[in-house]
Amino acid sequence: MSSSEQIVRHFQEELEQLKARLLEMGGLAEEQVRLAIKGLVDRDRATLARVLTGDGPLNALHIEVDDRCFTLLALHQPMAVDLRAIVAAVKINTDLERVGDLAVNIAEAAQKYAEHLPVKRLIDIPRMGSIAQGMLRDALDAFVRRDTELAQRVLNEDDALDALKTQIFRELLTYMLQDPSTIEASLELILISRHLERIGDHATNVAEDVIFMVSAKDVRHHAAEG
Amino acid sequence: MLQTVAPLPSPSASSPPAPAPAEAAAKIAVSGLNFYYGARRVLEQITVQIRPNEVTALIGPSGCGKSTFLRTLNRMNDIVPGARIDGSVVLDGQDIYASSVDVVDLRRRVGMVFQKSNPFPKSIFDNVAYGLRINRMTRSREDLQGRIEASLKAAALWDEVKDRLHTSALALSGGQQQRLCIARALAVEPEVLLMDEPASALDPIATQRIEELIYQLKSRYTIVIVTHNMQQAARVSDVTAFFWLGRLVECGLTTKIFTAPAEKLTEDYITGRFG
Repeated sequence: MSSSEQIVRHFQEELEQLKARLLEMGGLAEEQVRLAIKGLVDRDRATLARVLTGDGPLNALHIEVDDRCFTLLALHQPMAVDLRAIVAAVKINTDLERVGDLAVNIAEAAQKYAEHLPVKRLIDIPRMGSIAQGMLRDALDAFVRRDTELAQRVLNEDDALDALKTQIFRELLTYMLQDPSTIEASLELILISRHLERIGDHATNVAEDVIFMVSAKDVRHHAAEG
Repeated sequence: MLQTVAPLPSPSASSPPAPAPAEAAAKIAVSGLNFYYGARRVLEQITVQIRPNEVTALIGPSGCGKSTFLRTLNRMNDIVPGARIDGSVVLDGQDIYASSVDVVDLRRRVGMVFQKSNPFPKSIFDNVAYGLRINRMTRSREDLQGRIEASLKAAALWDEVKDRLHTSALALSGGQQQRLCIARALAVEPEVLLMDEPASALDPIATQRIEELIYQLKSRYTIVIVTHNMQQAARVSDVTAFFWLGRLVECGLTTKIFTAPAEKLTEDYITGRFG
């Protein structure tokens, strides 16, 4: 009896460590996004360069988390809520790694943008940046606290991000029509808004995985309605 | 108006209400079953439907009543002194505890394989022939041989023993002995096969063969298996029933029970939080 309890405790410890690694990844990804947007707004090449070289730790954690999940599945054959937690971790891991890649893409586009004169004062893109970071933070908080209400709020936030992206596109279109010399720079900004929207999508995925992990409900693609 | 009225009868005629076919399809319907050893009640108000051609796994901690429940399905508990039962166990529409029921015939229809393989100290051939002979089920020597070959093939043992059918069954390995017991159970053409931890004393390879066998047998038989091995229940069964302190806590599709059980108690048990 006591040995079975020890095995469970050992498994729970491993699960806690896995969660801690994912949180660390989430923190790194969020910071990469923050720096990329800051570099864009400040036109600061040094900050952007940091983002470009800064996704090494995130990639290393990506591999480590996959290894941990793989080992836990093989050695413990978890069931029910434990199984869902690990499947969720595998998926969240991929989402966070992609967020890191998107932060690099933003930094690359921001470098190119910095080669041109500013098209306009940047307001909506930093706003998108802070919404995307907030979604990411909330999704990970929901994961740690097993909070499905918070996860649901993340899902609701996604519409705001999508609306801002559309608005940015429309606004930049008017600049490009007025002055074709702004086209190249405007396209970089459109690309950045697209990357931020994708980050929101990944945060949404994480939130959906949290809901699945906690309540076994699949809310992807409005599955709950069907 | 006509357009809305006309199509209505067809869907209602083609799709009867969902619960009715499930009831009708049950091979064994247990309802309100209580079981007592003397004054102690070890099964409490068990109601469950066991569907044909499926594997139903019974899981739960030691002493939860799952083996007792298994044994109520072919009246193996009848021989236990002081045992008493109420409620009903209906096999294909007939209550197996009715006074008119021939228990020997019932146990032919509902065969059993035990945890520890228990071949008779006889030849492999005679072990399988035993039930056929006492039930007078064969017409000729050829018929007997044909049935024995078919049973050994169904139990995935034929290829390993066909050249030594008349040697002692006790010389077989543990896994082979267990498959021989399955062949012996199959020889009398049962409809239901009860298995009480059939692989718990076997090594992983012999276990895997038994599990493969169970998978193959379910197209012809209804199988109920007691197992302490959760992964085994997950691998071999279609339906899983979780017993706890003599109660049936939850019964549902295995895919559901092991990924998202409805009851907290089930979840705590299958994730190893108690038991």
